[in-house]
Amino acid sequence: MEPLVIAEKLKERFPQEVLDVAEFRGQVSVTIKKDRIKEICRYLHDEPDIKMSYLSDLCGVDYLGRRGFRFEVVYNLYSLTHRHRIRVKALLPEDDPSINTVTDIWKGANWHERETYDMFGIVFKGHPDLRRILLPEDWEGFPLRKDYPVTGPEGWEWKGYEEVKKLHEHDREWRIGGDERPK
Amino acid sequence: MKDLNNKLNISNISSQKARIATRELTINMGPQHPATHGVLRLVLEIDGETIVRCTPYVGYLHRGVEKHTEQLNYLQIIPHTDRLDYISAMANNIGYCIAVERLFGIEVPERAQYIRTIVAEMTRILSHLLWLATHALDIGAMTVFLYCFREREKLQQLLERLCGARLTVSYPRIGGVKKDVDAQWLEGLYAFTEEFPMRIEQYEALIDKNRIWLRRTKGVGIISPEEAINMGLSGPVIRGSGIPYDVRRFMPYGVYDKVRWEVPTGKNGDVYDRYRVRMEEFRQSNSIIRQCIEKIPSGPIMADAPKFILPPKDTVLTNMEQLIHHFVLITKGPQTAPEGEIYVATEAPKGELGFYIVSDGTGKPYRLRIRPPSFVHISALPKLCEGSLVADVIANIGSIDIVMGECDR
Repeated sequence: MEPLVIAEKLKERFPQEVLDVAEFRGQVSVTIKKDRIKEICRYLHDEPDIKMSYLSDLCGVDYLGRRGFRFEVVYNLYSLTHRHRIRVKALLPEDDPSINTVTDIWKGANWHERETYDMFGIVFKGHPDLRRILLPEDWEGFPLRKDYPVTGPEGWEWKGYEEVKKLHEHDREWRIGGDERPK
Repeated sequence: MKDLNNKLNISNISSQKARIATRELTINMGPQHPATHGVLRLVLEIDGETIVRCTPYVGYLHRGVEKHTEQLNYLQIIPHTDRLDYISAMANNIGYCIAVERLFGIEVPERAQYIRTIVAEMTRILSHLLWLATHALDIGAMTVFLYCFREREKLQQLLERLCGARLTVSYPRIGGVKKDVDAQWLEGLYAFTEEFPMRIEQYEALIDKNRIWLRRTKGVGIISPEEAINMGLSGPVIRGSGIPYDVRRFMPYGVYDKVRWEVPTGKNGDVYDRYRVRMEEFRQSNSIIRQCIEKIPSGPIMADAPKFILPPKDTVLTNMEQLIHHFVLITKGPQTAPEGEIYVATEAPKGELGFYIVSDGTGKPYRLRIRPPSFVHISALPKLCEGSLVADVIANIGSIDIVMGECDR
């Protein structure tokens, strides 16, 4: 099915939810409200004509300074049966960056959602195990947000680094891996 | 004798055994472990030899590539994609270049398409050779390792002759490739492809009927087709479960629709089937390379789009306008890009490698998301390991073929 037709069908089924349909280089993105994301994904996954059985990718995007909705969660869906693709984008406001999880529709969303939480601070409600995944558990801030600095202030270091340094000093005392080797 | 027995309490052992309380044991595996293929850490909760729960911890190689790319222009990102899946750098470069070309609307000349397909398949063979070598080594077949590295060396020498690098190649460019291939190089590669099928038979002779190999791989780490789709697995892992999902076939790029090849699939979705799929892919890749060498047309290797692509060197030296383009691109990078967003998937040796680019019209990507196959595959590791034996963890990790540079980015 042509992606624009899928977008039309989605619009018919959820007229209140679909905000915008855009096409670029043959790829169609449907912008939706976040509240009924689970129903929309369930519909796309189950409807026999559409059957988006494969979640290619799930990620977040931060549009800092955009009025109303700062964050987007992007679902890149693909159908292995019909070989068509569509992109669904859910809008999230800055003061409440949370959305329902889709892990019960696609199990593969689990780690993608964890990563999006890790990098953007977007909370996935109902996620079975929402922890940081790539960064240390005590990391502060969400690095892929646009207001997260690329370089820290002078002399800034991750607080876990203290521990690593102590370990190294301890090793040196026992002359393991130090400059001087025991003779 | 009775005294001794009483002392050692031998006769009581069997009755004692029933009274000993068993408990689950938590053991840590990695991040520094030779069989985890990088800095992967697993926390295993075991009951005797059986794994009750397996929790992977990733992120030890996180370098913030996605954040970093937001500070760079489109041309500067290519070397960073090398360092994702460093075993198959060429496939990452090509995936990124195709995504950017689709965004810019650049048409790549046919000769460059052929060259890209050839080098991508070379990379697939290289990657699978390393996979076979280490996977067999983990399970205990040492000889295969040495055999595989013999062929890897030949291919890497060819890559070195082509672009000067063996591992982090950065050979493709946006709009084409860096350097043209010559007839001598193609002949060298063709000679390799003539010899290689015999080599594959040698590897198979070593392990295909090996009873230890079969016992360690058959029926281990089974994943059903429905689950494989639901979990978003791709590449040889999903094909091992019997789903013929190959991006090269489903969404052709390069010249994959102009050559004849097949998508090998397995039946049972166990470690052995994934091994068989990759062994067949050796043959298919070999055949694709041969067909490409036979069919390769002559012509330019770079597209003509002066706003994004460096002009040919000889025109830079004679033409004022080209000199200005060259100067601007080198010092500042591309100044504009079409506004929009694009998701492009390519079939890297490990699976579906996707690039999702959001462009805001400037010369730098607003957001560049990399969809790494290894990341998704590791998330399926608990499913593969739970309920199996501790020794099978090694076989499972080997069979999903992960690279942590790509998983952690």
